This record gives sequence, structure tokens and C-alpha cells, in this order.
Amino acid sequence: MIFTVATFAILVTISLGLARALMGPTVYDRILAVNMVGTKTVLLIAVFAVLSGRTNMIDIALTYALINLVGVVAVLKFVEQGNFYTDGEDD
Amino acid sequence: MLDTFIDITLLAFLTITAIAIIKVRDLFVVIMLFSIFSLHSAGLFVVMDAADVAFTEAAVGAGISTVLMLATLALTKDHDEKRPAHKARLPLLVVLITGAALVYGTYDIPSFGDPDAPAQAHVKPYYIEQSMRETGVPNTVTAVLASYRGYDTLGEVTVIFTAGIGVMLLIGGRLTRKRDKEDDR
Repeated sequence: MIFTVATFAILVTISLGLARALMGPTVYDRILAVNMVGTKTVLLIAVFAVLSGRTNMIDIALTYALINLVGVVAVLKFVEQGNFYTDGEDD
Repeated sequence: MLDTFIDITLLAFLTITAIAIIKVRDLFVVIMLFSIFSLHSAGLFVVMDAADVAFTEAAVGAGISTVLMLATLALTKDHDEKRPAHKARLPLLVVLITGAALVYGTYDIPSFGDPDAPAQAHVKPYYIEQSMRETGVPNTVTAVLASYRGYDTLGEVTVIFTAGIGVMLLIGGRLTRKRDKEDDR
């Protein structure tokens, strides 16, 4: 029961994050929205894995969290420096 | 029941994101929306119990392609897509007809999980009975992808590795020279 409620809550949160990604208005709103949708996808997979008894899916949720972090760091590096080849220390 | 609900909700999110990708002209926002699109499809694949596909979608779709597209955007000057001068009526017609033909084609394929489907009849019983004993991998799809098709996967990785080296030689060299020039100043 509680996992079903959690699934609904996560889906509502994803829709809110999607709305923020669509409306903006600043770049950081959208980056945060993407990060949130990613985090909620991790949670959705974890909750769904417990609900359906396929607990090996939790490993996938963990890897999603890692990929999400790397992606957001790359996006922030791009926004901050405009490229990927300077290290950002020398300006 | 809950599967169906999650499916419908995620598919609705996918549709909204896809329409927004077409409408938005700021390319950075488009890349962000592509990332969200990949995350939604990865969630869908997990609900369908396709762990490997979901994993690839998250790593390649949400991770690598976002970074690659951002790197491309960093190399270009204009970050706003130009509004097309003409209306895309003929392409829209072609896409609609092709899409209708594809949907019509799905009526002939067996339904999802049908035990009498041709794909389930020939080699699948062998994989279901023997894959655990032969490879020790609990998920049959993973066993086929990573063990039985191991050489194929190795070939694919070699091709992608070669392509990566080629791209680095073409683009990476130019960036290094530019960086040297900046250091000289």
C-alpha cells in the first residue's frame, strides 16, 4: 500500500519537475529540473523494484544516480565555462 | 494495474516533452529536454522488465549524448535555432502516412508476451532452460547479450572505439592547438 502511494507521489513530483523544465525561465531552473526528474526516476525504479519483487533492479537505480550526477556536472561545467577543455582554474 | 498506470503516465510525459522539443528554439533547453526524454523512456523500459535496455538508455541517452550535444553546442556560435522559412506540410504528410502504416503493421505482430509467438517457439526454450546453467546469469536477456552474443558485442565496442579515436584525431587536435595559442598570450 505505502509503495503504491509512494509511486503516485513520485509521478506527481516528476510532472512538477517537467513543468519547471518547460517553463524555465533561467538556465539553472532547467538544470535543477533535469536533475530532479533524474532523481525521481531513480526513486521510481527503486520503488517499482520493491513493488514487483524484482529487487535486482535496485542496482540499476544506483547506477542511474551515478550517471545523473556525471551528467549534471558536465552541464554545469558547460554553463560555467562554455566548453569542456579548460579546467576553470585559470580565469 | 499499477504497471499500466505508470506506463500511461510516463508515455504522457514523453509526448509532452517531445512536443516541447519541437516547439522550443533555444538549443540548450532542447538538450535538457532530450535528457528528460531519455530518463522517461528508461523508466518505461524498467517497467517492461528490460533492465539492459533501460541501462543503455540511461547511460547513452541521458548521460553520453547530453554531454556530446553540449560539446557540439560549445563549438558552434549560434545557440538559437533559426525559425524555418517554409511550412513543413509535405514532410508532415509523409511522416503521418508512414506512422499510420507502421501502426497498421503492429496489428499483425503477436501481442506482448504471447507464448505462441514465433520468437518464443524456436530457440527460446533452450535459453530459458540452459542459460542459467551455461552462463550463470539470472536474467535471460543479459545472458544472451553478454554471453551468447559476446563476440558481437566485442565487435560493436571495437567499432565505437575506432570511431572515437577518429573523432578525437579530427576535433581534439584543433582544440589542443587553440589552447596552446591561448597559453602563449
